[in-house]
Amino acid sequence: MNDSAFPSDLAPKALANTSVLDRLQERWKTIVIVLPFVWLLVFFLAPFFIVAKISLAELEISSPPFTAMIEWVDGTIVTIRLVFDNFIYIFEDPLYSKTYLNSIKIAFISTLLALLLGYPISYGIVRSNPVTKQLLLFAIILPFWTSFLLRVYAWMGLLADQGTINNLLISLGLIETPLRMLYTEFAVYVGIVYTYLPFMILPLYANMEKLDVTLNEAAADLGSGPINTFFKITLPLTMPGVIAGALLVFIPATGEYVIPDLLGGGNVQMIGRQLYNEFARNIDWPVAAAVAIVLLLILVLPMAIYQYYQGRAAERI
Amino acid sequence: MTQSRSSFLSIMLFLGFAFLYVPMILLVIYSFNHSKLVPVWGGWSTRWYKVLFESPEVWDAVRLSLQIAVVNATVATMLGTFAGLAMVRFGRFRARTLFGGMLVAPLVMPEVITGLSLLVFFISLKDLFGWPAERGFITITIAHITFSLAYVAVIVQARLTGIGETLEEAAADLGAKPFKVMTSITLPRLAPGMLAGWLLAFTLSLDDLVIASFVTGPGANTLPILIFSRIRLGLRPDINALATIIILFVAVLVAIAAYIMFRQQKRELLDQQMAQSGGD
Repeated sequence: MNDSAFPSDLAPKALANTSVLDRLQERWKTIVIVLPFVWLLVFFLAPFFIVAKISLAELEISSPPFTAMIEWVDGTIVTIRLVFDNFIYIFEDPLYSKTYLNSIKIAFISTLLALLLGYPISYGIVRSNPVTKQLLLFAIILPFWTSFLLRVYAWMGLLADQGTINNLLISLGLIETPLRMLYTEFAVYVGIVYTYLPFMILPLYANMEKLDVTLNEAAADLGSGPINTFFKITLPLTMPGVIAGALLVFIPATGEYVIPDLLGGGNVQMIGRQLYNEFARNIDWPVAAAVAIVLLLILVLPMAIYQYYQGRAAERI
Repeated sequence: MTQSRSSFLSIMLFLGFAFLYVPMILLVIYSFNHSKLVPVWGGWSTRWYKVLFESPEVWDAVRLSLQIAVVNATVATMLGTFAGLAMVRFGRFRARTLFGGMLVAPLVMPEVITGLSLLVFFISLKDLFGWPAERGFITITIAHITFSLAYVAVIVQARLTGIGETLEEAAADLGAKPFKVMTSITLPRLAPGMLAGWLLAFTLSLDDLVIASFVTGPGANTLPILIFSRIRLGLRPDINALATIIILFVAVLVAIAAYIMFRQQKRELLDQQMAQSGGD
């Protein structure tokens, strides 16, 4: 990486003289670009290629526990081993396909629930007066700063057999024996919606704030009822926010590890947890790497859609 | 009609915020429970705070987590600010699309994938170069910087777009060299955003469990790793006490950050008003 990789079109349009200082400035700008760029290339992009490589290797009892893809003899490549067994294994073992499908199902339903809860909340914030708006927005962001792990832990206390909710319901005489809530799929839904709700609300809020209220008034003047106006005007105009929020919940929720582990126990199979166990307990790295690659392939499309919408939003500014 | 909808929205707001905050409030209240069983109330007590403070493992984990968080936040703020400047102020450059993609991807990448890929990367590095010799502080810090810098870049980009380029162009018109414009106009105005980025990177690092679990080595337990290993087996009153301290600590940090941002915004608004009234 030297400055030849980033030619002189770096110079901003407003400053177009060519002094020595200007050339120095170009170099300085190159450093500003190259440092984070190289960091991401080395520590973000390169690791993925290594995972892809390992997913095509075989398990071996050694350190690291996988076979080499390329074997070197006298400095020349002798064999290139690509083993697709790990992928075939994942597709043929019903445990994996069921776990993938279950993760997608849980992430999808959680996203829908977060949208149903987050949409009216963000709309309520947008419709508040300016001071309340700032306070409410701050209150939405605050949980995002506090520990994710502890927010999940808080629900363990609420949902446990002897937990707060069961104690309350029993003391009110509504139930006699505790409801089984912790270590069920229900608990996982609650956990995901709870921890990812700010990710749904913030893009929705950013989108709704730009809504033109006069459009709603015009619709009302023309005789449209509030429900009709909502589905014909508000909802279509807020679709970019809905899509951004939904993807910000769906993508990480699909690969979630902590929530299914703590709130689902052994009863809820999700791929993030499977991947971690594959790697930590079974120490089968090639299979773990293949599981990761398949998960990545599943999420590439939603990630690309998210990037596309982000790019369009940035261009509009 | 409008009346009924606004009361519906008010109810939703109330329920939504109750949903967000009641679990945290209960968590804090039960940390003062004397009983050994978390959800069974046995009177007020601070005994679990005492248990917590007498545990050397907790102190070791706190120290390691804080060290990682500070180094991470500092490096990530520098790299993230650079990245934000490059994306917003430098116009088009080669590989900008790839760069932009790599800046957004860590924000949405499932943690298990980032963690696994960094681990195999560190192990391959060790095989090739003998470095990093052991996993722990250094590997966790590198992993944290990698995703934190993306968050800092988002904040810096938003701030740069928000403050606009008018003052920078004015300074350039008055003959200031680009580097001078950067150091005396752009960076000072960017400072609140950088501070917010530093604090976010700091808390993200304190918070991370999954990626740290992958890239850590034997004996190097961060605070979330320690908490996770304890709560996997069920509720523990000393963890409620620890949670209360962490929540309080983060709330104070966020309040300071919000105050600084708010003051800066107010001052800029005043400056603008003065500039406008002076120009008339």
